[in-house]
Amino acid sequence: MSAGTAGDVATSTHTYVVRLADTALVLAQRLSAWIGHAPAIEEDLGLANVSLDLLGQARLLYGYASELEGAGRTEDDYAYLREQCDFLNASMAELPNGDFGMTIARQCLMDAWRIELYERLTESTDPKLAAIAAKSLKEIRYHWRYSAAWLIRLGDGTAESHERVTTALATLWPYVYEWFAEDDIERELAAAGVAPSVAAVKEAFEARLNPVLTEATLGRPVDVTYRWFGKRAQHTEHLGRLLGDMQSLHRAHPGATW
Amino acid sequence: MAAIWSVLRAVPDPEIPVLSLVDLGVIRDVRLADGVVHVGIAPTYTGCPATLVIKSDVAAALTQAGFAARVHDVLSPPWTSAWITPEGCEKLRQYGIAPPEFPVDSVAALTGRLMAAACPRCGSRDTEVVSEFGSTPCKALHRCLVCLEPFDRFKCI
Repeated sequence: MSAGTAGDVATSTHTYVVRLADTALVLAQRLSAWIGHAPAIEEDLGLANVSLDLLGQARLLYGYASELEGAGRTEDDYAYLREQCDFLNASMAELPNGDFGMTIARQCLMDAWRIELYERLTESTDPKLAAIAAKSLKEIRYHWRYSAAWLIRLGDGTAESHERVTTALATLWPYVYEWFAEDDIERELAAAGVAPSVAAVKEAFEARLNPVLTEATLGRPVDVTYRWFGKRAQHTEHLGRLLGDMQSLHRAHPGATW
Repeated sequence: MAAIWSVLRAVPDPEIPVLSLVDLGVIRDVRLADGVVHVGIAPTYTGCPATLVIKSDVAAALTQAGFAARVHDVLSPPWTSAWITPEGCEKLRQYGIAPPEFPVDSVAALTGRLMAAACPRCGSRDTEVVSEFGSTPCKALHRCLVCLEPFDRFKCI
């Protein structure tokens, strides 16, 4: 499986679906680490529920990736038995949680991006991908309500909360670059109508996010060209540790069930 | 067919047993082909752990009633809380859960003209959201400012 070069539409669709699935799974794994640690029980519930939805989305996507691949790999094979160099998640998902402000800022950026992406995927010429997107979209919209409301509260909150989310946004923003740096696979799938054009998603992402930043009294970070391309398996040092944690039980006891 | 539906109407939701799966609106498609009942089920939330239980409960209930049954997922169109039947909404209210009113993509939700949830105990709309998320993926936590009781509300999606 090649991570970044186009081949035929079917192979590229498989790679693309794995990217979507890996992004959902890795973000779910990160958020689940808040369980028992969030600043209040309501946020514990909130982050756990968002994590659970993301896990469900990942399962649907892995199921479809397996179907496309036709090699008999299960959801668990995809999640637990691949190495860091096989994962194709967007880099931002794998970044450490940081403080609550960092987690909320990442969630807000990723929700805004995923809403606009999935919204357009509902019109995919691939009916199964369109159905998964439509199902997931309802959940992501709900998540956005939560993350955007929190970003506004923190940005337009105390001097300290404002400072913390400002730092978080500045740290996270370079990782947005990858989402809108269209590669051969995305170009090929856009031409085939399987995936939306990256430019259209970018425009909608800006239109969704900017008013929230304004209301949160937060400045929009400056765009930079960045070098992390998780979607092409170029990962930060953080993914390996996340996978080590996530995969250890399954690797120690393959096929274990409750 | 009527016999099949009456079996299905008696299968409770595993997390909110006052509701049947038919009330919940997850039974999307029932077909009889070559002596096998095929039931299409729409999952409420992609990650809801109850989905597996729902599927096995449906298969078990039909088998027990003497039918050969197969259960499959229906993803499209996606389940919405607007599919909960009016009877289902009434059962929820009596059980102490505020039923869903405005799906997240409804005009009211999109234009921000959302009314606060009605308290299932005293009926007041003088209520507030405590948490957008609750004890199961389908519920959120609210509080009544009149009778001061906290209550679950079915999330509107």
